[in-house]
Amino acid sequence: MAPPEQPHQGRVTPPVIAPGHTFRSVTDKIGGIVLTKRTPIGWFVGFGIGFIFLLVLNVTIGNLLVTGIGIWGNNVPVGWAFDIINFVWWIGIGHAGTLISAILLLFRQQWRTSINRFAEAMTLFAVACAAMFPLLHTGRPWLAAYWLFPYPNTMGLWPQFRSPLIWDVFAVSTYGTVSLLFWFTGLVPDLATLRDRAQSKGVRRIFGVLSLGWRGSARHWHRYEMAYLLLAGISTPLVLSVHSVVSFDFAVSNLPGWHATVFPPYFVAGAIYSGFAMVMTLAIPLRKFYHLEDFITMRHIHNMTKVMLVTGMIVAYGYANEAFFAWYSANPYEAFMMSNRMTGPYALFYWTLIAINAVMIQLFWFRKVRDNIVLLFVLSLLVNVGMWLERFVIIVTSLHRDFLPSSWDMYAPTRWDFAMFTGTIGLFLSLFFLFIRFLPALAMFEMRTIVPEAKMEHEHRG
Amino acid sequence: MSHAELPAALHGLMAEFETPTALVRAAEQARLAGYREMDAYSPIPIEELNEALGLRRTRLPKLVFLGGVIGGTAGYALQYWSQAMAYPMNIGGRPYHSWPHFIPVTFETTVLGAALACFVGMWALNKLPQPYHPVFNVPEFARASLDRFFLCIESTDPKFDREETARFLAGLHPVGVSEVAP
Repeated sequence: MAPPEQPHQGRVTPPVIAPGHTFRSVTDKIGGIVLTKRTPIGWFVGFGIGFIFLLVLNVTIGNLLVTGIGIWGNNVPVGWAFDIINFVWWIGIGHAGTLISAILLLFRQQWRTSINRFAEAMTLFAVACAAMFPLLHTGRPWLAAYWLFPYPNTMGLWPQFRSPLIWDVFAVSTYGTVSLLFWFTGLVPDLATLRDRAQSKGVRRIFGVLSLGWRGSARHWHRYEMAYLLLAGISTPLVLSVHSVVSFDFAVSNLPGWHATVFPPYFVAGAIYSGFAMVMTLAIPLRKFYHLEDFITMRHIHNMTKVMLVTGMIVAYGYANEAFFAWYSANPYEAFMMSNRMTGPYALFYWTLIAINAVMIQLFWFRKVRDNIVLLFVLSLLVNVGMWLERFVIIVTSLHRDFLPSSWDMYAPTRWDFAMFTGTIGLFLSLFFLFIRFLPALAMFEMRTIVPEAKMEHEHRG
Repeated sequence: MSHAELPAALHGLMAEFETPTALVRAAEQARLAGYREMDAYSPIPIEELNEALGLRRTRLPKLVFLGGVIGGTAGYALQYWSQAMAYPMNIGGRPYHSWPHFIPVTFETTVLGAALACFVGMWALNKLPQPYHPVFNVPEFARASLDRFFLCIESTDPKFDREETARFLAGLHPVGVSEVAP
C-alpha cells in the first residue's frame, strides 16, 4: 500500500513507525543486525575506541588497588570529588531507560516501543559504571562487602541503617536488579525469534537456551503481559526513589548547598533530563548507521526533546530555588555558599551549567531546532556536559569552603581521576556496542504490535 | 497416513493462520465446538485470545503482592534486629528503633521482593524454561515467532479425534493443518 501523500509544511506529527512495514519487514530489519555474519566496519571502530578506554579503566583500577586512592585528587575538605560526581552522573543517565520502559508504558505512550530496549540496556550499563565509583572509592573494595551489605560476619558488625549511604546501596542494587529482570523479560520473545531465524546451529542453540523455550503460547503471553505491566508498576516508584535516595546522600547532611528540601524532585528531574540526552546521543548515530529511520522516527526525536525541555526547566527551577533560599533563609553560611558558587573560584563552572541547563535548552522550544538532527546531537552532548558540571558544582563548591575557613582548600582532579572517568565511558561504550551487535537493539515483538497487520478486525463481534 | 499407526501418540493438530484476527476467530469457533484442551501461538501478544480461549485471570498479581509484603517485612525486621538488638549504636542520641530512618530501605526491599516474585512467578507459572516442547516438531512453527499464528488442539481433549478434528480445523480456512508429533 502506498503511504498517503503528506503535506510538507511540517505541522504534521510524524508517525511512530514509517508506513508500509509488516511483521516480517520489522523483524528482518532489527533481527538482521544481530544475525548477519558481516559486522560493519564502523562497529569495529566504535567498539575499538570504547575498548581502548576500557583498558585505561583496567590500568586505573589496577593502580588504584596497588597504590590506594591517593592517586586521585580528593583531599580533606573535598572528600567526595570525582567519585560521587561521576556516580551521580551515571546513575542519573540510567533513569531515562526506566522512565521509557516503565512510566511511558503505564501512560500508554506508544512511541516508547522503538526506543525502550536500548534505553534499558543503557540503564544497565550506566548503573554498572556508576556502581564502580563508590565501590572503588572505599579503596579496598574487597572489604566493602561488610561495610555495605548486611550479612552475618565473624566480627558481628552490621551496616548503619540510619545513614543515607546505606540507603543508597539498597536503592542502587535494587534498581540494578529490577532493571536487569525487566530487560531480560522483555528480551525473551525476541530471543525466541532469533532462535527461529538463526541459520547456524551454534547461534540457534545459544538463543535457544537464552529464550527459555519461549513458544508464544497465548497462556504464556497472558501472564507475560501481566508480569510486564506489574514490573512497570513496580519500577515506576522505584526509579523515582533511586535518585531521591541519591539526593538524600546530600540533603540529609547539614552542609550548606546540600541541605535542601528541593533536592529529591530536582535530582529526579535532572536524572531524567540527562538520561534523555544520553538516549538521544545513542539514538541519533544508531538510527543513522543502521538505517533505522523508519523505526526511530522524527516523532521520537521530537518527543525526547520535549521531555528534555520539561525536565530541564524543572532543573532550572531547582537552581532558582537554591539561590532563593540561600537568600531567604537569612543563614549566613547558605548565603556565603551561594555567593561563593556564583563568584568564587569555580564560578565559571556554575555559569556554564546555567548557560546550558537553563538557557541553551530554551532552543528546544523551536521546531526548527527539533528537526535538526545534527544540532540535536551536539545539544544532547552539551546537556550531559551541563549535568556533569551540575554535580561538580554541587559537590565541590559546597565542600571546598565549608564552615571552618582554616580547612578551606581547592580541589583539582588528577590524571587518574580523568582516566577513571573516561575509562567508565569506555566500559559503557564497549558494552553498548556488544549489545547492539549481539542482541536486538529494538524490541522486535513490541514493534510487531504497532504495524498495521497487528490490528484486529472487530466487525465480527456483536 | 496409515491407520496402523493411529494409536501412535499425537500431541495434537495444529492449524496455521495468516492474521491475528483469523486466529482469534478460529479459537472462538473451536471453543464453541466444544474443544477445551488447546493453545494458540502468536508472535505478538493478542488480548482477545484470553477471552476466546477462556483463560482465567492469572494468580501473578497475588504472588507479586505477597513478594512485596515478604520483602518489606524482611527488610524492616533486618533493620530493627540489627540496629536495635544485635548491634545497637547511639547515633546523635536517636532511639535505637529510629523507624523513619528505616523507611527507605524497607521501600527498596519491598520493591525487590515484589519484582523477584513477579519474575520468578511468571516463568514458573509458565513452566519455562522448558527444553523440549512438541509444537517445535512442526517445521512451519518456526514462523510462530515471526508472522504466523497457530492454533493447536491437543489430543488430551476429550473431544479430540484425529480425523474429525482435522476436518474441523480445515473448515476454519487455515493456511495448513499439521499433525504435531509428541
